[in-house]
Amino acid sequence: MLSRVAENIYWLSRYVERAENTARIVSVNANLLLDLPRGIAPGWRPLIDITGANALFEEHYKDYGERQVVRFLIGDERNTGSILSALGAARENCRTIRDFVPRESWELLNELYLHARDDLSKGLTKGGRHVYLKSLIQGVQTMAGMLSGTMLHDQGYDFLHLGRFIERADMTTRLIDVRSANLLPEETTELRPFETIQWISVLKSLTGYQAYRRSEQVRVQRDPVLRFLLQHPAFPRSVGYCLESLRKSLEKLPRNESTLRVTGRLKRTLEGVAPERLDQRQLHAFLDEFQIGIGELHGEIARTWFPPVPESEPQSHAQSQSQSQVQTTAKTDDKEERG
Amino acid sequence: MSIDWNDYACEGFYDELVEAPGRGRDCVDGLLQDLEDLGHDELVARQEAADVAIKEMGITFTVYSEEGGAIDRTWPFDIIPRIIPQSEWTRVEAGLRQRVQALNLFIDDLYHDQHIIADGVFPADVLAKSVNFRPQCVGVDPPLGIWAHICGSDLVRDGDGTLYVLEDNLRVPSGVSYMLENRLVAKRVFPELFEHYAPLPVDDYPSQLFDTLAALSPRPADYPEVVVLTPGIYNSAYFEHAYLAQQMGCELVEGRDLFVDDDDCVYMRTVDGAARVDVIYRRVDDLFLDPEAFRPDSALGVPGLLRAWKAGKVALANAPGAGVADDKVVYAFVPEIIRYYLDADPIIPNVPTYRCMDPESLAYTLEHMEELVVKPANESGGYGMLVGPASTKAERERFAELIKKDPRNYIAQPALKLSTVPTIIGRKLEPRHVDLRPFILSADRQQVTMGGLTRVAMRKGSLVVNSSQGGGSKDTWILPDCTKD
Repeated sequence: MLSRVAENIYWLSRYVERAENTARIVSVNANLLLDLPRGIAPGWRPLIDITGANALFEEHYKDYGERQVVRFLIGDERNTGSILSALGAARENCRTIRDFVPRESWELLNELYLHARDDLSKGLTKGGRHVYLKSLIQGVQTMAGMLSGTMLHDQGYDFLHLGRFIERADMTTRLIDVRSANLLPEETTELRPFETIQWISVLKSLTGYQAYRRSEQVRVQRDPVLRFLLQHPAFPRSVGYCLESLRKSLEKLPRNESTLRVTGRLKRTLEGVAPERLDQRQLHAFLDEFQIGIGELHGEIARTWFPPVPESEPQSHAQSQSQSQVQTTAKTDDKEERG
Repeated sequence: MSIDWNDYACEGFYDELVEAPGRGRDCVDGLLQDLEDLGHDELVARQEAADVAIKEMGITFTVYSEEGGAIDRTWPFDIIPRIIPQSEWTRVEAGLRQRVQALNLFIDDLYHDQHIIADGVFPADVLAKSVNFRPQCVGVDPPLGIWAHICGSDLVRDGDGTLYVLEDNLRVPSGVSYMLENRLVAKRVFPELFEHYAPLPVDDYPSQLFDTLAALSPRPADYPEVVVLTPGIYNSAYFEHAYLAQQMGCELVEGRDLFVDDDDCVYMRTVDGAARVDVIYRRVDDLFLDPEAFRPDSALGVPGLLRAWKAGKVALANAPGAGVADDKVVYAFVPEIIRYYLDADPIIPNVPTYRCMDPESLAYTLEHMEELVVKPANESGGYGMLVGPASTKAERERFAELIKKDPRNYIAQPALKLSTVPTIIGRKLEPRHVDLRPFILSADRQQVTMGGLTRVAMRKGSLVVNSSQGGGSKDTWILPDCTKD
């Protein structure tokens, strides 16, 4: 399989996953704010913190108001991490490998992008937002199901998994990091009920509330939630589950030694951590380091299997949350073939 | 409503199906009756079914919009087939083989001893001014001595029924995938006619192409690694590149997927590591192939590719430099070229051509611009030409200036009365002009497609068949000669 095709599949998968994750956090945040008293509600800024695009955001918007943040995350094409940009980038990656991806999946992705673009104004209204985001999340889920059900489960499928789970692991750690940071001070007791609400929202952002209740059977609170989201072996959005999926896909690929080495290290780090013993600052430091590790894994995957980056355009995206991708799409040149 | 062939207005032109209003040509007489029996409504319904099928099958071509974006358009296809009797096709096929054989000898000669120039048959200054001659290729011996492995020659029929070669495409001719897809669609649309008339099959082209390419491998003992090199998804023929790669079971690569190593071999970057490539069916123009040898700004090519090719470590089809023989001025010499190398008369004639480099022809051209089609030497796709009968005075004056400035760059031909084929226009059958592009494969043996791609100008009276300019297409049936029944 060509390295370029592998890279395109990987990024296709990452972008689609990114679009879904962004849709989830916007949707859940809206819900959360309705449940919190005005005085302590964290507002919309944490969402931008999660994506790490604060500088870009502040360049274009005056304040972190609902309207601004939602527009930036859903439909601002200047933000390469917005849902619309991510779906657009996924579509471009898919376009170049159309003969590789089942046709229905390409068509679905194409429709999904067009829907995201054409119905954007509905998604930006408070009333229409929920339906808009829900349809996007469902579309992505449909696409994942379609790919798993129709695409050859060969190397291409492994790269699809790599993209999905590296993006998901990245998002889950970011979400935990930001959400636990602007939770309430640990010692305040009279705000306890609201703390529970916030942790519920974290779970819900990852569609993990139901799974948590079934699996943990304790009330929603910091330590078990952190353990669940970081380490649960069977919850498909937990960091541990993502790492294990990555390992399984990597196992099947040739020349995988260095990528497996990084994955192994990440797994050991994750398994060795006891969230209950970390205070907020320590948790942040741990997550920070872990994110760098995910970035390294991405770098190792790219070095091992993807085409080298031309010398003229050095890759500045060692970090896995590269909001834009070093995809040099074929140059448009109408001169090379005619007749 | 029923079809009445007596109303079919084909007078003044040679129609491929209808000899005179109400009367079909020998080979197709029954077909006219069959179409009549189907009736207008059914034909229109089947045309619509074909349009839907093409959309579903994703048969597209790419055009460029004003804003610079590329758009996939659905391939235009008219369901009424164009028919050629096998006896005529056998002769055409022989003519095409002869022509391409001579052209390959000619190209090889130009890059070696240039006997044809020394013998005074081909003028040195035509070569000197050729923009498609590649000095980098002088002295190179491509496998089997063949330069143009895939040739697409355009044939047209004039009012009196004579078939001419209008031009040869020796660089990166496209269209063959549409020929194959048209057949698939036509079979779906007219199963009963296929059963009855049994047109000769076309679908073995991909395997013939693969055999042609494989025969060029520098490692003949191994199963060759053949790849299709495309400029990328924004190229107008990307659909075809992907299609052929898929049909041949080859990788579709872009320039950045390949690299040339210190051993002068070409490798592609795969997930399993570097894999050696033996044969490249390149659909990238010469000048973009290798930034080290040609245009340094090309991002589509592979640095060092020409070096690898010269070292015999990889085969390129078509060979770089093959385009020297599809210049329109060179075209005018093809009859002489055939006589010179093969000592035989051309089986298919050229369209009579005035070479503006000759003072007499130049004078004639300038005087008769209204009746002539004037073409620049190195344009294709129907760009940059003047169609005299359809031109305005201002256009003719502008062209006269262009020609006088650079006579070597122009040829002129009488405006042919291109033959027509019944075509569904709205709800009626009307004659529309067609041409035909067969493809000729040359390696250890020569093969010609059974028929080719028939292109049709959909606008009334128009001679422009290019899909980028509103042309459509038809399936082409080679029918065993039949006695009337």
